[in-house]
Amino acid sequence: MKIRCRVNGVSREVETPPMVRLLDMLRETLRLTGTKEGCGEGECGACTVLLNGQPVNSCLVPACHAEGASIVTVEGLSKRGKLSPLQEAFLHGGAQCGICTPGMLMAAQALLQENGAPKEAVIREALAGNLCRCTGYVKIVEAVREAAKVTRAAAAAKKPARKKKAAGKEKAGGKQKPAMKKAARKKPATSRGKRARRA
Amino acid sequence: MRAALSRLRVVREPNLAMTARALEESAEGPRPLVPMAGGTDLFVYLNAGALPEQDYLDLWHLDELRGVIDTPGGVRIHALETFANLRRDPLVKRRYPALAEASSWVGARQIQNRATIAGNIANGSPAGDSLPVLLALDARIRLVRFSAPRDVGFDTFYTGYRTSVRHPSELIHSILLPWPLPGTRQYFRKVGTRLAQAISKVVIATTITVQKGRVTRARIALGSVAATVVRVPSAEDALLGEKLTPAAASEAARRLRESIHPIDDIRSTAAHRLRVAGRLVELAVADALR
Repeated sequence: MKIRCRVNGVSREVETPPMVRLLDMLRETLRLTGTKEGCGEGECGACTVLLNGQPVNSCLVPACHAEGASIVTVEGLSKRGKLSPLQEAFLHGGAQCGICTPGMLMAAQALLQENGAPKEAVIREALAGNLCRCTGYVKIVEAVREAAKVTRAAAAAKKPARKKKAAGKEKAGGKQKPAMKKAARKKPATSRGKRARRA
Repeated sequence: MRAALSRLRVVREPNLAMTARALEESAEGPRPLVPMAGGTDLFVYLNAGALPEQDYLDLWHLDELRGVIDTPGGVRIHALETFANLRRDPLVKRRYPALAEASSWVGARQIQNRATIAGNIANGSPAGDSLPVLLALDARIRLVRFSAPRDVGFDTFYTGYRTSVRHPSELIHSILLPWPLPGTRQYFRKVGTRLAQAISKVVIATTITVQKGRVTRARIALGSVAATVVRVPSAEDALLGEKLTPAAASEAARRLRESIHPIDDIRSTAAHRLRVAGRLVELAVADALR
């Protein structure tokens, strides 16, 4: 059957038998070999990809369920040749032999999309479906916290710059309301940051 | 193995009525269609090469089979609700905390995003995490075929190891959970080798209703101790009319150990299961006291 989907932001049309695994469609038909096969029974998480934003084991998903879906694989994390903060953080001990890493990254990515400042227990639960036989997990959990910190810091660094801009506009012509709205919208990010610091 | 997957046929109809008709028509022929939801159990068997070549009937796109609905008789949970949805659904969390809890212990995130409640029921493993909860909550299963729906009490759904009253022409449409009685405490606990991704050695769900200080109703349901998920009426009776005391709890646990006959298998031993199951009943009673 013909499957239309978005893979890492690019529209694709794939000709594949319907019950072939999403894992095989990605690796063999689309040649995206970053996604790994570990156990082939949904136990190890090495084949984790995001299907419509949610982490799934691609070894347990039939290709026909990718119809109309948006899929993100490990190849989709870096932007313009630059590693994502999560990938950068994993370089410092979070990855050893590397077989679990693509799956770990995707499960962690899904977590960080929902929660910008996850506590250790939350990280451990989010990664509970991903097995690693090298690291003992400590370095991986640290990498996720580090990536969250870096991402928050980057977001915070952007904020004052925007405020200055808004202030400049105010002086120039006085558009106060939009600036206030922006500040209100940022509130949740701030309170999330506070909670993490307490932890 | 993969060559086999590439040969498998999937039937996909645009709506529930046509899906039900396709299932009913195929059930009379030589190759009955096998309904497929999230595939988290199915693909484990397929990847292991453990299934004969069958044709599948895809349900995943049928939004008619999604939703958690508030009804006068209770909450109706549609077949394709995933455990990821059930663990965070506000209505489920408020009225059926044991189901939300059980959903959070299914596999891990990746499985919870795909595994459905009807899939757990249809797969029929005696270790299915949500099944003791459905039993303890007096769930009713709605089965549909193209011609007519029917409702079946979950306590009469299974007929043996992985067999049920569901006819091959019928689909699981939804699960009705009656409103819990006032004063009811729900409890769920899964005991496995590790916290995540484990298949249980023993899994328990209980509902204990206390009015004016005495137990007026008790449901004690266990998984992984028999060929199907089971309720243990003798242990439930031990609590009826009693105050929730450690003595009542240990009497219920004693009767439970007499009534169940777990087996040794790859996950645990009969002796360990008996010991743990009894202890879990005591913990459930202690929890109801809080």
